[in-house]
Amino acid sequence: MAAQSGIRQGHMVRITRLRFLRQFTFGLGGALILAACGNQTPTSSTSPASPGGDTLKVATEPAFPPFEAQGQGGELVGFDIELMNAVGEAAGFKPEFQSLPFDGIVPALQANTVDAAISAMTITPERAQTVSFSRPYFKAGLAIAVRENNQETQSLDNLKNKKIAVQIGTTGAEQANSISGAQVSTFDSAPLALQELLNGNVDAVINDAPVTLDAIKSGNLKGIKVVGQLVTEEFYGIAMPKSSQNLEKVNQGLNTVIQNGTYDKIYQKWFAAKPPELPETAPVDPPTP
Amino acid sequence: MFQSLTLVIQALPNLLQGALVTLQLTALSVFLGLIGGSLIGIARLSPSGLLRWLTRAYVDFFRGTPLLVQIFMIYFGLPAAMNQLGLPFSLDRLVAAVMALSLNSAAYVAEIVRAGIQSIDPGQNEAAQSLGMGSTQTMRHIIFPQALQRMLPPLGNEFISLLKDTSLVAVIGFEELFRRGQLIVAGNYRAFEIYAAVALIYLVLTLLSSRAFSFLERWMDPVKRTGKANTKMAKLSQP
Repeated sequence: MAAQSGIRQGHMVRITRLRFLRQFTFGLGGALILAACGNQTPTSSTSPASPGGDTLKVATEPAFPPFEAQGQGGELVGFDIELMNAVGEAAGFKPEFQSLPFDGIVPALQANTVDAAISAMTITPERAQTVSFSRPYFKAGLAIAVRENNQETQSLDNLKNKKIAVQIGTTGAEQANSISGAQVSTFDSAPLALQELLNGNVDAVINDAPVTLDAIKSGNLKGIKVVGQLVTEEFYGIAMPKSSQNLEKVNQGLNTVIQNGTYDKIYQKWFAAKPPELPETAPVDPPTP
Repeated sequence: MFQSLTLVIQALPNLLQGALVTLQLTALSVFLGLIGGSLIGIARLSPSGLLRWLTRAYVDFFRGTPLLVQIFMIYFGLPAAMNQLGLPFSLDRLVAAVMALSLNSAAYVAEIVRAGIQSIDPGQNEAAQSLGMGSTQTMRHIIFPQALQRMLPPLGNEFISLLKDTSLVAVIGFEELFRRGQLIVAGNYRAFEIYAAVALIYLVLTLLSSRAFSFLERWMDPVKRTGKANTKMAKLSQP
């Protein structure tokens, strides 16, 4: 009798345990599915809500402040981001940003995995062969950064036979490679190149002036200065796959934003200055003094 | 198609130079990693508790953190920390790369060495001692030769992993095989052709090294080396 009830009890325990396990697995699975849905709801509910209904996948490399960076909550911030949102509003599409390494952006456009890219990308003849650019939206140029105690470097000529750090795939990298005898090290992002300069492994960094100036101003890089003036004049453009059907739409949006004063406001916010005149089309061969 | 082929052929000399750098990097790091790893592996079995604890901590740290993070820490972090302390310090790219790779590989090799030694039956040790051998003699003539043979396959694995992991030092601007490929793509935007060529070169390198290791395994196997029937078998099974 006692033994029997013991067996029965053991049986029941096993059954309840089994049932518990089953419920647990079901519950876990359900929770996972719910969580997966929960993640997707915001994107699927917001995209049809936007006027025009179009979403454009926009690539950017968020390691290039003040143009694109990650805010404290992990959201994207910067001049390019705000401009693209404004352009989207004016032209009736919603940009959906995707973070990509800079040297992967052009291949991604070629492969049509993204619809556009805004990443402080200079309009160059080489790039214009493989992707289509919008009208210029920013006037920039390259600047040389050196350590504060460096007095001898004044221009590109002083960099012959010196060590230079650059970011891979940028116009700065091209410029550095054209200096005779220079030892060029390439890094994946601009902050790494500047860190290399700070650590004393190279003599100079050649990169876009606004970015280097912002890095110095934000105070995270002590002991670095920018020498002389811009060594080149360059224009940034929004890149799209070759002869993309969105080209017209993006250009229209850019024109609207530049004419109605939104562009000035965004420029003022990020650079605390009045924007310079922008040409309608980029001189595909940038003049190099 | 034809255009892709000429593209790859054009890039090949540059990529092969990069492969040479990759091989140098691997050879240096494997050499240092083997020495360091053997010492640490033996120290993990030492009677001294402190030594055991220290080597355990070393293995846990280097095996438990990503190699990529270790490379960043050594190349960018270490000089930055030293400069903050007011000590001027800079690290050569090659030194930093070899340091990171061999410190990391030493941790894995240490575990392989420890496992190899521990896998030998304790009876071997007792037999050697009853023949009047000291502990160093036992290790040198009895335990280690047998353990080495068992360590070879996992060491081969580790070598191949390390060969592939050298591509990670591209992040500190080291121009080995992968970074050369990246630089070419940054210029001509032909991602598929160039990266396919890079992958193929890595594949050739790893296939060659796995062949070399299986040869080494056969060569170190005393049974297969002496037995006549076995050599015939080995010859037959050779491709």
